[in-house]
Amino acid sequence: MVLIFVDHSDSEIKKSSYEVLSYGAALAEKLGTSAEALLLGAVKDDLATLGNYGVSKVHQVSNDALNNLDAQVYARAVADAVTSLNADVIVFSHNQTGKAVAPRVAARLKAGLVAGAVALPDTSNGFVVKKNVFSGKAFANVNITSAIKIISLNPNSFQVKQTGGTASVEQLNITVSEPKVKVTSVNKVKGEVPLTEAEIVVSGGRGLKGPENWKMVEDLAHELHAATACSRPVADAGWRPHHEHVGQTGIQIAPNLYIAIGISGAIQHLAGVNRSKTIVVINKDPEAPFFKAADYGIVGDAFEVVPKLTDEIKKLKG
Amino acid sequence: MKILVCISKTPDTTSKISFKENNTKFEESGVQWIINPYDEWYALVRAIELKEKDASIQLHLISVGGADYDPVIRKALALGGDEAIRINATNNDSYFIAVQIAEVAKQGGYDLILTGKETIDYNSSSVGGMLAELLDVPYISLATKVEVNNSAATVNREIEGGEETDEVSLPVVISCQKGVAEQRIPNMRGIMAARTKPLKVIEPAAVEALTNVVSYELPAPKAGVKLVAADNVQELVRLLHEEAKVI
Repeated sequence: MVLIFVDHSDSEIKKSSYEVLSYGAALAEKLGTSAEALLLGAVKDDLATLGNYGVSKVHQVSNDALNNLDAQVYARAVADAVTSLNADVIVFSHNQTGKAVAPRVAARLKAGLVAGAVALPDTSNGFVVKKNVFSGKAFANVNITSAIKIISLNPNSFQVKQTGGTASVEQLNITVSEPKVKVTSVNKVKGEVPLTEAEIVVSGGRGLKGPENWKMVEDLAHELHAATACSRPVADAGWRPHHEHVGQTGIQIAPNLYIAIGISGAIQHLAGVNRSKTIVVINKDPEAPFFKAADYGIVGDAFEVVPKLTDEIKKLKG
Repeated sequence: MKILVCISKTPDTTSKISFKENNTKFEESGVQWIINPYDEWYALVRAIELKEKDASIQLHLISVGGADYDPVIRKALALGGDEAIRINATNNDSYFIAVQIAEVAKQGGYDLILTGKETIDYNSSSVGGMLAELLDVPYISLATKVEVNNSAATVNREIEGGEETDEVSLPVVISCQKGVAEQRIPNMRGIMAARTKPLKVIEPAAVEALTNVVSYELPAPKAGVKLVAADNVQELVRLLHEEAKVI
């Protein structure tokens, strides 16, 4: 059985969870087994509707100790669920929660983990999972040799598929240990689209000359319902917060559309964004290396092009 | 207090990535090796800052690798730390590496173990969590701020769309990223001192890897950029809408 870990925050199931559900369901079909979901804690959503993403059952562990993420508590609960449900493969999202919990579950169950998978396993000769390596510059095909196998899927790597099904929801009775990590405050940026979940990202570089010029980036992002990002020099100069820095040593993203404005495209920046499905580069320097990695480009002054682009998108949407 | 910092060796961020032997091995020729930036800039420098405030702290570095690791370990020692331990084994499996470090950490009685949030070559973000599980201690991942007193740590960590502040008793394993500390350049005194700092080499524990790399591949090259004139932004929007179908 393929067991899919369903992640949530603020009582809502995360978008990345639908991706892992669809991935896990496709994997179960490939292996000729069933796909079931595991949810720790409580959400507002009706769990039966997860059947729409291909799972037959949803196992829920309701316990107040699970309201905050303590990786130790979560890992123990997941491992106990795996053992009691007899799961062979566990699927996580390679998001913040998956990075905290999946390695612990792997060590606890002595199960091989491929972290950052980008495709379904090839089972023709072993259990070989393709994953992102060298920060987006290459892929490795990794064989898992243990009996229990764990995959964490890179966000935005798998198409969500709705099947129209309904799942049965069952309470799973397992002992939940006392958390040792106490969360004292949570500081979320309200109203913005989280960068790692965004389908469209608008990003600015040094070519924008100063933080006062970011309004046009934000206007464009707003029209596209996109997240904003920036290059490393921009974050280092303090023009934008560090959590917006995308690149090899920042956040690595794979949106459907990445619009780079005034970014030259250093190899370290490309490593963080080159899994984007479509890349648009706007730069006044026709020699900017980013054009080589782009799908569409405009050689021109960002201060003229970007407001026009925002207007044209308004027209399209209106 | 005893602090252990896990150090990996990775290709320099500007390295061209290619493979050899029918795409089964990483082509190392011409590659400059560095300390994994997350291990160096954040985990190691933060540990050094803590030691600067409290000289009684013992700071140890640990790596799992062959003799080719030694120059990188000396570079780390030039930044700071009292001694280093290298477990003499070459393996890419996170579980294998975590077990090796856990064996040493169990003997060492460390209060704080710091890792980078991931290595920039395998990007698995896994060793820290596995290590914490093997030691049965809490794990805080993706930290952006680490404060420590004698018995507890206060840590900010990245969550989706923001940060949270956690409090946890020691011992704990923490994976570090931007915000935890600032990059430092080693000075001549540090480089000289590093030459005589102890670098213990120990043999690995017997453990089977749970994964192995079968082959590598490079991403398919882009078809080439379609340029649109700067006075024809409308055309770009049409292409994104009708051809790429992304808006």
